Amino acid sequence: MPEYTFRVNGAQVTVDVAGDVRLLWVLRDLLGITGPKYGCGINVCKACTSHLNGKAVNPCAIPVSALRPTDEVTTIEGLAATSGQDLHPMQRAWLEHDVAQCGYCQPGQIMAAVALVRRVAAEGREITDADLDGLRNICRCGTYFRIREAIRAGAENM
Amino acid sequence: MTGGEHGGERGSERGGAIGRRRFLGYVVAAPTLVTAAQLVPAQLVPARPAAAAAPPVPEQAPELVPELGDLLDLNDLMTAAALPTSGLISVGIGGDGTVSFALPRAEVGQGITTSTAMLIAEELAVPLDRVRVTLADARPELLFNQLTGGSNTTISTYTPIRVAAAVARLRLLEAAAAELGAPVAGLTLKAGVITGPSGRSIGIGALAARAASDTTMRVRVELAPRESFTVIGRPHNRVDALDAVTGRKKFAMDLAVPGAKPTMVCRPPTINGKVGSVANLAEVRAMPGVTDAVVISTGVAVRADTFGQCIDAVRALKVSWRPGTAEGKSDASVLRELEAAELPLGIRPPTPFVEGRFTFAFRSNSALEPNCAIADVRADRAEIWSALKSPIVAQQAIAAMLGLPVGRVTVHVTEGGGSFGRKLFFDAAMEAAEVSQKLGKPVKLMWHRADDSRQGRTHPMATSRVRAAYLGETVLSFQQRHTSVSTDLGHGLGEIITALAARLPVADAGFAQTFFHLSQSMPYAFGVSSRLLSETDKGFNTGSMRNVYSPDVTCARELIVDQLAARMGKDPYRFRHDRLGDARSRAVLAKVAEAGAWGRPMAPGTAQGIALHGEYKSVSAALIEIDCRPETVNRPIRDGVTGPRVTRAVFAVDAGLVVNPRGLEAQMMGGIMDGIALALTAGLHLRDGHFLEASWDNYFYTRQWNTPPELRIIIMPSTSDRPGGAGELAVAASMAAVACAYGRATGTMPTGFPINHATLSFTPKPTVPPIPPSPADGLDHAR
Ligand code: FES
Ligand code: FES
Repeated sequence: MPEYTFRVNGAQVTVDVAGDVRLLWVLRDLLGITGPKYGCGINVCKACTSHLNGKAVNPCAIPVSALRPTDEVTTIEGLAATSGQDLHPMQRAWLEHDVAQCGYCQPGQIMAAVALVRRVAAEGREITDADLDGLRNICRCGTYFRIREAIRAGAENM
Repeated sequence: MTGGEHGGERGSERGGAIGRRRFLGYVVAAPTLVTAAQLVPAQLVPARPAAAAAPPVPEQAPELVPELGDLLDLNDLMTAAALPTSGLISVGIGGDGTVSFALPRAEVGQGITTSTAMLIAEELAVPLDRVRVTLADARPELLFNQLTGGSNTTISTYTPIRVAAAVARLRLLEAAAAELGAPVAGLTLKAGVITGPSGRSIGIGALAARAASDTTMRVRVELAPRESFTVIGRPHNRVDALDAVTGRKKFAMDLAVPGAKPTMVCRPPTINGKVGSVANLAEVRAMPGVTDAVVISTGVAVRADTFGQCIDAVRALKVSWRPGTAEGKSDASVLRELEAAELPLGIRPPTPFVEGRFTFAFRSNSALEPNCAIADVRADRAEIWSALKSPIVAQQAIAAMLGLPVGRVTVHVTEGGGSFGRKLFFDAAMEAAEVSQKLGKPVKLMWHRADDSRQGRTHPMATSRVRAAYLGETVLSFQQRHTSVSTDLGHGLGEIITALAARLPVADAGFAQTFFHLSQSMPYAFGVSSRLLSETDKGFNTGSMRNVYSPDVTCARELIVDQLAARMGKDPYRFRHDRLGDARSRAVLAKVAEAGAWGRPMAPGTAQGIALHGEYKSVSAALIEIDCRPETVNRPIRDGVTGPRVTRAVFAVDAGLVVNPRGLEAQMMGGIMDGIALALTAGLHLRDGHFLEASWDNYFYTRQWNTPPELRIIIMPSTSDRPGGAGELAVAASMAAVACAYGRATGTMPTGFPINHATLSFTPKPTVPPIPPSPADGLDHAR
């Protein structure tokens, strides 16, 4: 079986698996990194949202063979470390606003929120209602309103 | 009736002046302190409120039946059903000063681990973060007392949990008195530390062994009075929030059970179809990563190293299928069945009347965490992990299927990723057990999202027909005939109701009828009112989705109330307010009208709507503002339904004594999002024996672009000593207020729900293979 090497949450990993297996399953089933959740498997629910080289991606739609050895995958487990703190400012905002209900969607929500704030900052502007409306992550518990509040608060400290 | 109301024994029964209620608890024999209380103390037989308060019911008197909901609601029934139980719930004190409690309920996002920890922290005077609440395994001796439903958890556990904690407090104080050489009265317990008059102090952890008992004994305790509360009633963040935001919170599929490899099932193209034959089992078994493929009762199961390889294997299977239980059926044919099953409204009244017929599509009960379970079945025993709201029923059903004694089946209740009624059913646990037994290997079984959408539980399609007769400004009668595809209540709740149905003043009512009457009541003074349910067609996988019958029934009722107000030239708010008999209902309605600036000028194409709903001993009202202008309705969103936008939601709730206002607010927020979805976007299309929707890009639950940018939730002050239920409460009033707002904005009363149901906004995915392939272009969408 072929081997694939890439970086996850700051450490290099090598997996021995068929190349078309999607990254979500490599993370969850082979590496035991269970923060990214399954909600659809077809890149629509966004529960699996993680970062690849700092940008939001959906590992349920990325064959592991598409990764290069230098690619850095960050899951919710590795987010805090990217900020050099115990908790990333967005995680802290999530706590302050007590966003999570069942919590199943929240790793993906937070990863999407961080990427959104970075993108908006790179464009040199503030977050708008339209930006928030554009988030596609589903929350079946309906925490959307607190998510909006938390993103605005978290953005201030990023 | 809650334990708190009836459970108190008057401390003054022998003539004392002030009656402080005393409760009976236990110290349980154990090496460190364990205290307990009966979940519902046996002496607390509710004083038959129905019998006491109900007018005598003549046989065959259907007009009186509907008022049953006012007299004895579903929560009384569930509380009463708990009486014969002998099971105890217990609080343990650890040597490290932590307090542990195994809650016999399912946490699926509703925040009951947090509110439970708060109850214990209050009585025991320990910091909240020292209380560890876990979910109890299935405990058969608890009978019906381990069922999470009917928004009943806080109502039924509020007193017993506090009693167990209060016994612990008493024992710890007694042990400290001996240790510190001071009388109990001279000690203070604060933040988990007991301090004596001399200033010497000792932590409760150091007393855990000393306060323990080697025999089990009964102890009488008083509970902290409401005026002294410092934890209950104050907003607290969830105890599992840190785990949730760091990815550490473990759901069933996150557990590492040795050998339990990913497993999925290839399912039929039509609802409940059966496997005829499989052409390529051996070939599929030889696919990369695949370890097993086997026919089971619901399809063909595959087990592999990764779920990705399960998906490939499911897609590769060549199965010939036998018909299911809804062969050839469609929305239109089910509607005809419903029309045929509808109970008559009776003769046309001689006075003016308004009438309406409303249709509600099937809706998906999917939580974001799909249906899933881990099973490890051996020759002589089995172990199951799953988020189960009725674990005892699950345990019994699984034991019977496996041919094992119930005691050899251990059922662990895991934290659930949402439920909304879905996890009352345990079909994934049954499947996992069946596969594990057939293969002789542990399995981690998960449904694909498409499985949940197409073969999962649904809120049944229904119609509601309403006729209200009036004269001048008086409503003379209000009749509602709700007709529904059968709701499957066979997950434990049905059993509770059967066992007690004989005691209720309902002649010949079946399960669903009983449930319907218990959950519905008429808040307005509308003369002779009746609501009857008729059910038909058991061919669908249905269930009691969050708030069960109430969203549809309330939506139809409130739309007709708006019509009545219009006929009489009245303001919809004032019309309602003037006809509400109950002060709490009037107060919540007045609150949203005031906070939401009811009647403020609105641009054409936009409008306000207002609605009311009471259930679970709570009342609620919603004021919604909606924008139905074409530029809003047609705003572009890729693979999503936009439609009218709810621009503001104001919601008021009186849930009696509130344990955690922040959690209550969260539940209201979620219920509002559900109400918006049910009114506007979320429905399943039935065509030719299957649902067209196969994922979240087809089934349009509320998304960010449908979320009201302005939201205000008001918790009404309450002097009640009793908590009301809240987990499901907000859905009905929200759905109804959205529908009323839509009607007022467009000038046309909506009659079909969700409102967008007539338009199919997506291209249906194939049914063979039953699940879609995973895309491979994820890198192209990095952003
Ligand atoms: S599981 Fe990846 S987007 Fe839904
Ligand atoms: S918190 Fe439950 S799905 Fe979002």
